[in-house]
Amino acid sequence: MHDTGANVLLSLSGVNSFYGESHILHDINLSVREGELVTLLGRNGAGKTTILKSIMGLVGRRSGSITVAGRETCHLPTHRIARLGIGYCPEERGIFSSLNVEENLLLPPMVKDGGMTLAEIYDMFPNLLERRNSVGTRLSGGEQQMLAMARILRTGARLLLLDEITEGLAPVIVQALGRLTGQLKEKGFTIILVEQNFRFAAEVADRHYIIENGRVVEMIDRKDVETSAAVFNRHLGV
Amino acid sequence: MDVTFQTVMSQLMLGLNNGAFYAVLSLGLAVIFGLLNIINFAHGALYMLGAFVALLGYTELGPLLGMPEFHLNYWAALIVAPLVVGGIGIILERTMLRRLYRVDHLYGLLLTFGVALIFQGIFTNYFNVSGTPYDGKPELLNGVVNLGFMMFPTYRLWSIVVSLTICFGTWFMIERTRLGSYLRAGTENPHLVQAFGINVPLMVTLTYGYGVGLAAFAGVVAAPIYSVSPVMGAEMIITVFAVVVIGGMGSIMGAIVTGLALGMVEGLTKVIYPPASSTVIFFMMVLVLLVKPAGLFGKEQ
Repeated sequence: MHDTGANVLLSLSGVNSFYGESHILHDINLSVREGELVTLLGRNGAGKTTILKSIMGLVGRRSGSITVAGRETCHLPTHRIARLGIGYCPEERGIFSSLNVEENLLLPPMVKDGGMTLAEIYDMFPNLLERRNSVGTRLSGGEQQMLAMARILRTGARLLLLDEITEGLAPVIVQALGRLTGQLKEKGFTIILVEQNFRFAAEVADRHYIIENGRVVEMIDRKDVETSAAVFNRHLGV
Repeated sequence: MDVTFQTVMSQLMLGLNNGAFYAVLSLGLAVIFGLLNIINFAHGALYMLGAFVALLGYTELGPLLGMPEFHLNYWAALIVAPLVVGGIGIILERTMLRRLYRVDHLYGLLLTFGVALIFQGIFTNYFNVSGTPYDGKPELLNGVVNLGFMMFPTYRLWSIVVSLTICFGTWFMIERTRLGSYLRAGTENPHLVQAFGINVPLMVTLTYGYGVGLAAFAGVVAAPIYSVSPVMGAEMIITVFAVVVIGGMGSIMGAIVTGLALGMVEGLTKVIYPPASSTVIFFMMVLVLLVKPAGLFGKEQ
């Protein structure tokens, strides 16, 4: 099992989440080790985004246990959870229209030492440097996605929660995001990636969790991906 | 009708003076509405409280402390009143307003309206409704200044200058600083800002405290001009809400510019057609809402 061992960075056990009266997540168990890249796969509405939101404390109510670096976070307010070193990139990207690109980039405060500097980030995303004085929401979809990711790299967060980063983007941008995700993994970031694009996910991930109806139904290791085509088809095929 | 340059200019300057108060008050309302989504009907009552802190600090605090010679002077009141009223605001936010963010605007409006009535009722019970003069105006601000085209009371000039400084200082803080970018982002998407590690609930509390502190500051500045009365806020707040609606809900620059401009429009109307001077702002409101429903500086949602 993956929920033991000293280097587990994030672990959810028996997590249930609710929005108002609706029970969205049922008894979720999953864990991520330091430096791992894990995906959450599943159809629309399966509960992938809600898992990320539960980790951040952004759902109405949650129960069970969520630990970050060994620390129980289920009772903590959202901003305290973020301060444990989590960077969150939401599905809708969350670029602020009242802030320009550089203000968007500088918005998230430092949560840990050792984040990337602004110069390193502009080096990695030259487009953002060029457009740093534009209003955040005037950027193209791909640029906004880059900005949403770039701004959490500055904060020193070591655990990144990336929600559907390839959604609605052109293939060439998706390729660039694939390279970027690979680079981040090489730099030692721990990443949870919510994806619909299975091909994108399979290229970069160490493990896949398949989510269905608010439950974890399968966990597939990278080495078993080839032989698990039937499982993927059953849960993800349309 | 005898309209001279002198009368026009003097009414414009007096209008600018009133407009400066409108601007500070509507600025506080705009900041609060932006981040808290609360239409703060208690704003007028908190403005009144600010003036009373100055008044009572000057007349009652000394005897109360057993030092009849002690007066809380005007300059100290400019700092103490916003702190006291800001503190009251923080308690209000923590204990009551906080429960209303998830529900309709209407509940926040009703709650703050009720709070305003309570404060106003308590003060009406103990103080003269037609006003008590504030005698703490500093020596330095007595007299008149020659503006070249007219003689203008020094105190009124001071009140214009200090109000504008506060307004543009606040604008600068919100639009040009790091702290301000948290506020702007928090206005747009508080959950995400909190997910970045910023203590948004604390920021909301302090913002409310700051907004009502501005109202108290305006109350102190107003005390030597208008007499201090339990209903001074109730009279002011209706006009100020019209200003906020004309400027556009939640727009900072809109609140400042509209406040100043409407004060001057009111002043001009006093020269041209005096009977309309107390209603002209509301005619403007109707006109603006017909043409731009979101207000002059507001964004359509």
